[in-house]
Amino acid sequence: MTDARPASVPPPPGRLRRAWQSDFLWSFRRAPVAMVSFLVVTVLVLAAVFAPLVAPHDPFNPATLNLMNGFTPPGQPNAFTGESFWLGTDDQGRDVFSTILYGMRISLFVGFSAVLLAMVLGVLLGLLAGYLGGWTETVIMRVADVQLTFPAILVAMLIFGIAKGITPPEYRDQMAIWVLILAIGLSDWVQFARVVRGATLVEKNKEYVQAARLVGRSPFAIMTRHILPNVLNPVLVIATISLALAIIAEATLSFLGVGAPPTKPSLGTLIRIGQEFMFSGEWWILFFPALTLLALALSINLLGDWLRDALNPRLR
Amino acid sequence: MTTPVLSVRDLVVEIPTRRGVLRPVDRVSFDIAAGEILGVVGESGAGKSMTGNAVIGLLDPPARIARGEVLLSGQPIQNIGREALRRLRGKRMGMIFQDPLTSLNPLLTVGEQLTETILEHMPVGNAEARRRAIAALEEVGIPAAAARIDSYPHEFSGGMRQRVVIALALCAEPDLVIADEPTTALDVSVQAQIVALLKRLCRERGVAVMLVTHDMGVIAEAADRVAVMYAGRLAEIGPVREVLTAARHPYTAGLMASTPLAGHGRRRLRQIPGAMPRLGALPPGCAFHPRCDRAEARCRQDPTPRVEDCGGRAACWFPLAAPADRQEAGA
Amino acid sequence: MLAYVIRRVAQSVLVLFVVGLVAFAMFRFVGDPVDNMLGQERTQADIERLRETLGLDQPFPVQYWRFLGQAAQGNFGLSYRQGRPVADILMERLPATLELAFVSGLLALVGGIALGIFTAIRRRGAAANAIMTLSLIGVSLPTFLIGILLIYLFSVELGWLPSFGRGEVTGLGGWWTTGFLTQSGLKALILPAITLGLYQMTLIMRLVRTEMLEVLRTDYIRFARARGLRDRAINFHHALKNTLVPVITITGLQLGSIIAFAIITETVFQWPGVGLLFINAIQFVDIPVMAAYLMLISVMFVGINLIVDLLYFAIDPRLRVDRTAGRGT
Repeated sequence: MTDARPASVPPPPGRLRRAWQSDFLWSFRRAPVAMVSFLVVTVLVLAAVFAPLVAPHDPFNPATLNLMNGFTPPGQPNAFTGESFWLGTDDQGRDVFSTILYGMRISLFVGFSAVLLAMVLGVLLGLLAGYLGGWTETVIMRVADVQLTFPAILVAMLIFGIAKGITPPEYRDQMAIWVLILAIGLSDWVQFARVVRGATLVEKNKEYVQAARLVGRSPFAIMTRHILPNVLNPVLVIATISLALAIIAEATLSFLGVGAPPTKPSLGTLIRIGQEFMFSGEWWILFFPALTLLALALSINLLGDWLRDALNPRLR
Repeated sequence: MTTPVLSVRDLVVEIPTRRGVLRPVDRVSFDIAAGEILGVVGESGAGKSMTGNAVIGLLDPPARIARGEVLLSGQPIQNIGREALRRLRGKRMGMIFQDPLTSLNPLLTVGEQLTETILEHMPVGNAEARRRAIAALEEVGIPAAAARIDSYPHEFSGGMRQRVVIALALCAEPDLVIADEPTTALDVSVQAQIVALLKRLCRERGVAVMLVTHDMGVIAEAADRVAVMYAGRLAEIGPVREVLTAARHPYTAGLMASTPLAGHGRRRLRQIPGAMPRLGALPPGCAFHPRCDRAEARCRQDPTPRVEDCGGRAACWFPLAAPADRQEAGA
Repeated sequence: MLAYVIRRVAQSVLVLFVVGLVAFAMFRFVGDPVDNMLGQERTQADIERLRETLGLDQPFPVQYWRFLGQAAQGNFGLSYRQGRPVADILMERLPATLELAFVSGLLALVGGIALGIFTAIRRRGAAANAIMTLSLIGVSLPTFLIGILLIYLFSVELGWLPSFGRGEVTGLGGWWTTGFLTQSGLKALILPAITLGLYQMTLIMRLVRTEMLEVLRTDYIRFARARGLRDRAINFHHALKNTLVPVITITGLQLGSIIAFAIITETVFQWPGVGLLFINAIQFVDIPVMAAYLMLISVMFVGINLIVDLLYFAIDPRLRVDRTAGRGT
């Protein structure tokens, strides 16, 4: 306990933040793996966000597609049209590079949204459980326990299946993305709730919270002003690791055919499509989306690993 | 004169770090004879535990013995190799750790841990090993040892556990025992019993004991001779009564003046100004000179004195006068 | 001790009741079961009759109770898609999944513990570091990509092993089929088992390593060294036993999730197990199959959890003694 930042005693906010940030940046500069990971994630996210500007083709506009361009190997001119594609084309003549950019857009959108949902839900329920206690806590934590008995991916599949059963068939493709977000988000809130509840239980008995309660601040104000800031670090770490898990979960579901539809392919859908061509030698249709997914998941994981060490050594 | 059980000669332990090499133990020498208890005292970080670990060959890398000799009954053991050293541990030298709660493997019965150690070092069969294990427990004063041998450590109280630890350290009948703060984690009432037990075993078996502690009371109670360490160096060494009542090294004198001891009557406790320097920032010359009111230019300039360089008692260029000298002078 | 067992069993039963409720609600409210079971040509009388046989005219709790009773007897109704009893379909498919899960679990457990010990004992060695780096990539690699990679290497490029199916199977006792007895069955098992086991193996390995490093730093290991015990005895007798206590809990849960993750592997390799059945059921909204699969897998999970907890009890003597001087529970 020599140089640990005092998490419980709130010192002047401005100075604390500056110290925190310089500390944070210092350990960032000393971690080349984290820097490379951050760079990869940034480039991939930017490429996905600006996909319409970056992509050389619009893979979902039938007008620009030429079936004759199908199965063009990467970097070589097509035998019929003479056109050349950086990462080749798929069976429909779509530019693989462009489909990856658009696919990543969907993967990242689903991933970020699902984590956001899980985070909001988990933090809220965790705060309530920890602060209110009693039967609220019992119910929330029991549900969490039961859900934890099952792997998140199974829970997500089940939610996806149920939602699909409820949605009328004609809306299923349109709804698929939102159902995915719901399924992955709902399968992943427990982690957040557990950590936030634990931290809340600790914070709630500290003197400053007692004092805030004595001067008559409302429970809501106490939770958001006093307790929430103290749990932000672990929540951020879990969110980063959850993001990698959510992206993998989305890819897995889409790969299994219970996720993003072929009309709106995510990276997982692209891999599912590419797998069919693996046996006939068109490896690039599978290889590049798979590589992108791996790069994305790996660098977010590495970033999360480093973040965990940098922000909160106790979480290890 | 018979060969001492343990002889440490100019022992240097080094830890290479990014900011240079640290020396937690620096040119330390002492002997312990059979049946003798040498108390080793000093503040935390003074190098007492590190010395004990170096003797028994349990330094955690990257710490290592850089120079000097460790002689066990006259045989050098500091570089005989891992495997040979392992054979000596337990058999020729045992060690007792500070916390009896964590020193015993919670998942193995006391008997398993004892017989395992006995079988490793003695040419006996299982039945004999078990018999000896029970005898070892009886010797350290565990009541109903035969019935309790199959108990797990958590079924014993703290004091009883430390007795078990002592039985374990002694079960293969070593000649030397290094006891690293054996009473620190115990209740005060139990401390005296454990000290008495150590003392008894030492006398009965003729074991040489190196008793590392920061507790002057324990030293006064148990030790025959005492070694005082400061910043990795031996400050003073001598018979316990002489050192406690008539310290020669200013640090020892300061230490005594700041410690309440039985038999010293009511007196004012004084503290030594300043703090022990960190290993990475030792002053040149005598490490104690910044805190010493007797320090002169020589203390700052000359290389660190060793006990041997200053008459064999205190590592000080200007030691306090011995009462014996005063008495002789007066007589 | 007895009280603890009873409490754990009661908890397990409660979980099963909750899962049963979810399964039942799915069956009852996701789509209209009557609609799904009867074809296009149906009369009002048909509908009424089916509603009555299914008990849909009864109050909700009664229906739930009936559902649980029938589920306990293995009756989950008819598959919407295949029109056959769900229980029969599940039983046909179960041996394939269980054999796959068994081999993968064994691989994950043996490989994970062995590698975990190795990387902990030789933590400064080059080999251990290489394994740790690989494992980080392994954790980020989705299971289905591992499967595809293995198929590409060993089926497409090298042509050594089959890329799909279960090979030739042998019937045993009329209700079990095994791939263990034929060469093609064993060959077909290799890639799926590695795919399914690898991820769990990495997790178990990292867990064992962390725990073992922790244990190797403890005082009782130092004390064991100070008593001159051999490295073998210290690593495998003293340290391993203490390492395995916390490892068992998490490992048990990992092994449980193998059955769930089998869904992915079975899809990649078109392995005819219950996981593939479940995925197809989701795609075609075959609710009775989904509900039955959920119940089946819950029983397995809850069973495994219970066994793991009791095993924990058997290994750690501190938990076995009822009166441990007020030291935790």
